[in-house]
Amino acid sequence: MAWIEWFNLIIGFFIANALGYGGGPASIPLMYREIVTNHGWTTPSEFSNILALGNALPGPIATKIAAFVGYDTGGWVGSVLALAATIVPSAAALILLLKVLQRHRQSSVVKGMTLLVQPVIAVMMLLLTWQMGESSIESIGIVQSLIIAAVAFWAMQIRKIHPAIVIVAAFAYGGLVIPHLNVM
Amino acid sequence: MAVAWMKSKYLQLAWAMMKTGIIGYGGGPSVIPLIRYEAVTNYKWMEDEEFGEILALSNALPGPIATKIAAYLGYREKGMLGAVVSVLAHILPSGIAMILLLSFVQFLSGAAFIQGMIGAVIPVISVMLGMMAYEFGERAVKGLGIYAGIAFFALAFGLLQGIRLHPAIVILLFLGYGALHLRTVAALKRRKERKHRKRLQRANEKGGGITRGMD
Repeated sequence: MAWIEWFNLIIGFFIANALGYGGGPASIPLMYREIVTNHGWTTPSEFSNILALGNALPGPIATKIAAFVGYDTGGWVGSVLALAATIVPSAAALILLLKVLQRHRQSSVVKGMTLLVQPVIAVMMLLLTWQMGESSIESIGIVQSLIIAAVAFWAMQIRKIHPAIVIVAAFAYGGLVIPHLNVM
Repeated sequence: MAVAWMKSKYLQLAWAMMKTGIIGYGGGPSVIPLIRYEAVTNYKWMEDEEFGEILALSNALPGPIATKIAAYLGYREKGMLGAVVSVLAHILPSGIAMILLLSFVQFLSGAAFIQGMIGAVIPVISVMLGMMAYEFGERAVKGLGIYAGIAFFALAFGLLQGIRLHPAIVILLFLGYGALHLRTVAALKRRKERKHRKRLQRANEKGGGITRGMD
């Protein structure tokens, strides 16, 4: 029986991620449909627990969910299979596509494509910045958000401090100071 | 971080991807500035343009973003094995923590200090994303010229935010036009030159510069 479950894990996680555009968070509803509705690997409340822990831990969300549900359903083998089905197809597609691009790097077609995609990326980043800012104001208030943002900008852009250090500092501040400020 | 044994590409890949996997909160897009920092600024595997290209294509393809980028960076530096090393380093720490910690789920996600940590890191990520947006915008203006740059910027904004077209479609549209862009610019330039030459010729035939302002 394990074979069938393993096979289902591959199919389920492949479908959820092959249809999920826009990265991990965007594929959560699709994963829910495969995991809870189609295959019944977890109950709805278990799924929301997994999601909650997944959000509390760092790292990509889709692979954390795949690792756990795969493990819960089919042991370590299940975990590996669910992870592979999540990652490998889209990663292989990207590698192939970029390999073709690299081969024609000097052509004016590829140069034009590289050029024209920059404004789109800039706008997408801008919109993402805006969304992040909004959710930050919602969770810790505008004053805290602006102070942290200003300090982070000063540290990274002017003092050129490594972003990892800035993030760890923000974690420390958030874990030790913010809970006592009554802003949340 | 430039210790001698860090010279190995595999170790660089594994270390960079592990770092970004551990400090990248919120999944997917929030980790992009961190990966860019490692790939472009820290280890100088590539230029910003190339990273932008990788980002655009991985946005246009389905599936998780961070693992696609990790796989490609690994593949670009060290082939298939590099891709495997990068992806594993990126996902294993959090994946294993997830399996081991599931019993603490209620405690962890409800605890005030976790909420505070997530709250405090969002503004930092916003600043990083904003800085990235500025740099990509700057490069677009430099490559396309100020007027065309702003026009394409406005067009992308209108499509993404105004009519809320799917980002993958916008990227494909711009890539499609981009394939023809340099040829179009060259053709426009040629036409302008031809016109200019013709006008000069006509002016010469009439024997003077008096035609100015007549056409």
